[in-house]
Amino acid sequence: MILGLGILSGLIILPLVGALFIAFALKDDAAGLRNTRWVALWTTLAVFILALFAWKDFDTAKAGFQLVERREWLSKAIVYQLGVDGISMPFVLLTAFLMPFCILASWESITQRLREYMIAFLVLETMMLGVFVALDTVLFYVFFEAGLIPMFLIIGVWGGKRRIYASFKLFLYTLLGSVLMLLAIMAMYWDAGTTDIIKLLAHKFDGKLQFWLWLAFFASFAVKMPMWPVHTWLPDAHVEAPTAGSVILAGILLKMGGYGFIRFSLPMFPEASHLFAPLVFALSVIAIVYTSLVAMMQDDIKKLIAYSSVAHMGFVTMGIFSGNVQGVQGAVFQMVSHGLVSGALFLCVGIIYDRMHTREITAYGGLVNRMPWYALAFMVFTMANVGLPGTSGFVGEFLTLLGAFKANTWVAFIATTGVILSACYALWLFARVVFGEITRPVFETIPDLDRREMAMLAPLVVLVIYYGVQPGPILDACAASVEGILKVYEAAAATMARTALVVQ
Amino acid sequence: MNITTQVFEMPLLGPALPEILLACGALLMLIIGAIRGQAAQRLIDILAMVLLLGALVLVLGQDNAKVTTFERAFVSDGFARFMKVLTLGGSLMTILLSMDYLKSRGIEKFEYPILITLATLGMMMMISANDLMALYIGLELQSLALYVVASIHRDDAKSTEAGLKYFVLGALSSGMLLYGASLIYGFTGNVNFDAIALVLQGKAAAGAVFGLVFLMAGLAFKVSAVPFHMWTPDVYEGSPTPVTAFFAGAPKMAAMALFVRVMMEAFPGITQQWQQIVTFLAIASMVLGAFAAIGQQNLKRLMAYSSIANMGYALTSLAAGNEAGVQGVLVFMATYLMMTAGVFACILALRTEHGHAETINDLAGLSRTRPGIAFVLAMLMFSLVGIPPLAGFFGKFYAFAAAVNAKLYVLAVIGIVSSVVSAFYYLRIVKVMYFDEGEARYRDGAMEVKLVLGLSFGFVFLFGLIAGPIVTMAQAAAKSLF
Repeated sequence: MILGLGILSGLIILPLVGALFIAFALKDDAAGLRNTRWVALWTTLAVFILALFAWKDFDTAKAGFQLVERREWLSKAIVYQLGVDGISMPFVLLTAFLMPFCILASWESITQRLREYMIAFLVLETMMLGVFVALDTVLFYVFFEAGLIPMFLIIGVWGGKRRIYASFKLFLYTLLGSVLMLLAIMAMYWDAGTTDIIKLLAHKFDGKLQFWLWLAFFASFAVKMPMWPVHTWLPDAHVEAPTAGSVILAGILLKMGGYGFIRFSLPMFPEASHLFAPLVFALSVIAIVYTSLVAMMQDDIKKLIAYSSVAHMGFVTMGIFSGNVQGVQGAVFQMVSHGLVSGALFLCVGIIYDRMHTREITAYGGLVNRMPWYALAFMVFTMANVGLPGTSGFVGEFLTLLGAFKANTWVAFIATTGVILSACYALWLFARVVFGEITRPVFETIPDLDRREMAMLAPLVVLVIYYGVQPGPILDACAASVEGILKVYEAAAATMARTALVVQ
Repeated sequence: MNITTQVFEMPLLGPALPEILLACGALLMLIIGAIRGQAAQRLIDILAMVLLLGALVLVLGQDNAKVTTFERAFVSDGFARFMKVLTLGGSLMTILLSMDYLKSRGIEKFEYPILITLATLGMMMMISANDLMALYIGLELQSLALYVVASIHRDDAKSTEAGLKYFVLGALSSGMLLYGASLIYGFTGNVNFDAIALVLQGKAAAGAVFGLVFLMAGLAFKVSAVPFHMWTPDVYEGSPTPVTAFFAGAPKMAAMALFVRVMMEAFPGITQQWQQIVTFLAIASMVLGAFAAIGQQNLKRLMAYSSIANMGYALTSLAAGNEAGVQGVLVFMATYLMMTAGVFACILALRTEHGHAETINDLAGLSRTRPGIAFVLAMLMFSLVGIPPLAGFFGKFYAFAAAVNAKLYVLAVIGIVSSVVSAFYYLRIVKVMYFDEGEARYRDGAMEVKLVLGLSFGFVFLFGLIAGPIVTMAQAAAKSLF
């Protein structure tokens, strides 16, 4: 505790301090721009180190919230309250871990308005961390929604050709979903008399109210995930965003939806969740199969990865609403793993885009001849994306499928075909880009990874393989909390089954 | 034997002290102006600000307890205090925003600050009105001053047109309001709000409801709620920009305060009846404000539709008809006032040799040429959309929370979805400034305009930190009506 602020407040404030420093202390000359990069990098590294300290203080054996800070904010009922449990902790670490890579990825590729760019990213980091540590629904909403401002600007200012269309689509889609959640937050406030998440988790909402509240939260999280059929903003946003923007989008922003389902929908509206589980299963399965097929037909590398993200998020929603330990733990693991893998894949695309300034798959070929290190890294991430055993991608998919199998065999059956399809598009992409003969003379001189790019990809390769063979750390971290949440859910499901019997 | 029996008792003046100060001050300024003419311009500007500031101090010095005076025609309570602070703040900022603009256009007149002061006096009367007569007097005092300020640029066809339009339609609405007031008087036998409430307890005489509808039509005109909004875009566009800033701010505070007070004090017994009307007004305003603004190119017209939509949000909160609803209106109006003041300060800070920024395209590329103002304007736009942690979010939060509290779910959903639609045109301004290329060259804004700009930006940007006390104050103020 410094100045009455705990470590989690520190996580939120630190990036803002960096942003303020860049805004006011640095200028737009050569030295200022160099310093901007370094200040941004050191700030994100400091945040990561602070997150590691939080992790050190975190006791994985406890199910409840830890490192809780609380002070009055809007009223006695709407408070500034932070805390982490086993579900949010992995996401805090993931966010803090990915940010330095984003800064590194933008090191040379961003030449225009660099200071504003770095400020936007640091502010975005604050908002993302805030989402995962907020323990008050209004505070959660503030962070959840505020992240839209920097993301809108990042895509709109530093994006590609259709950046304006993409940024507006991202903003309006997400906003429309979120405002409905806001109404639900208000309704919960009047029903429970508080917005404190700890108290709300203990509050029992009436069944009819749960129905509507669940739908409102679903509107927000389904767009954010994104689930079929509201996923169409994602490919546009990914294609137009600068590399680091795509990394953040795929790596963290999409996880907010899944996190929201586990934090709010499942434990607060267990009856409605049970009721709507078939709907979520249907949408997830459609997402897995349909978007995998769509991914196969893409010409743009980023678009292909974007569609594959939608498919992978389908596994997450399926796992969450299977309502058993394997499913939910698998969903958490899948989200963390996908954060690393898709983030890394976008970094890989960014690396060749910086050299060739195109993302057309057909423009590439034979990269392995000139860029062996790049080919190696790209291969590891492709395999992880496919879900090859030994990579982190396998564990998450396997557990979610296991969970779904317990809940509904057919869902698991159809979803498993998605694994095959993902192998098709991912391996095909890899083959077309990396293998083959060098077709164009420009590739004769293309340089392999430099030191900065090595530093960017190496830790990700290590982690993807490490979590593939050693999934324990993440699964243990969330085990106790997941059990706590499922106890509520199973009780509600059992009551509903009993009432159904009585009615019959 | 004592033959001089007391027939006239001096009314209690204390509660009306700020109003008395403004009235006397305005007359004094008029005398100075008449004697010294245009030479006294600066002096009168400053005097007007000192007067408004003095009234502000007096209002702040009052306490929240309810006191009535002048035969219960005038009331001072926490609610009035809160709204008066906003109104006075709005008027003060208007004078600051006007000085440079009027001078550069060569339409500086010593009457201008006096008219603003008189209009403000009328607004404060409206806020404190406790019977139908005081209501009408306040309303007309305000309106007459406003008609004149709208056409203060009398050589400009648009400005005169704005003044005339405002006058004709305003007179019509005053007529309707008066008709409604007389019906209510006829059916209840009272003009005093509390007395009317007593008569209408539980049962609603058809004639009184009929009168209420007319009264509400008149009030809806003043807050420019759909379908009585037609004057707004034209008057906003035609009036000189600082006058538009004035129209969008202080008078809206007073009219909304009056609306709330009449509904809550005079007609609490027939909430069911007026709730439907307010709900309709709110939905129509929000939807029209959201869709009609999409096609606008002129910044002032866009702000006109924006203010129509915003009044819809405030009415959404009022429709709740309970304490949470009044609190929602208060918080919302406070954030709305500061946001609009900020937007107009931005427009006025963008000077060229020929005039000020007029259309949205004038802002193209502003983020490169004037990054500071572009950032402020962008944040104001995000705030108007209702994105946290900016002020606009908290305003909307309390407004919609009230509607949800009263179980007006359909209203809340329609309102919040239309606010997403309105996000489109607010974002377009951000887009023009940040995503488009352009050569927007502007001179530095005037000092006092920058002051308003800074104030409003600080309020909007850091509202999350000061929200606690403001919400508590609004809550205390709302309590005084129940």
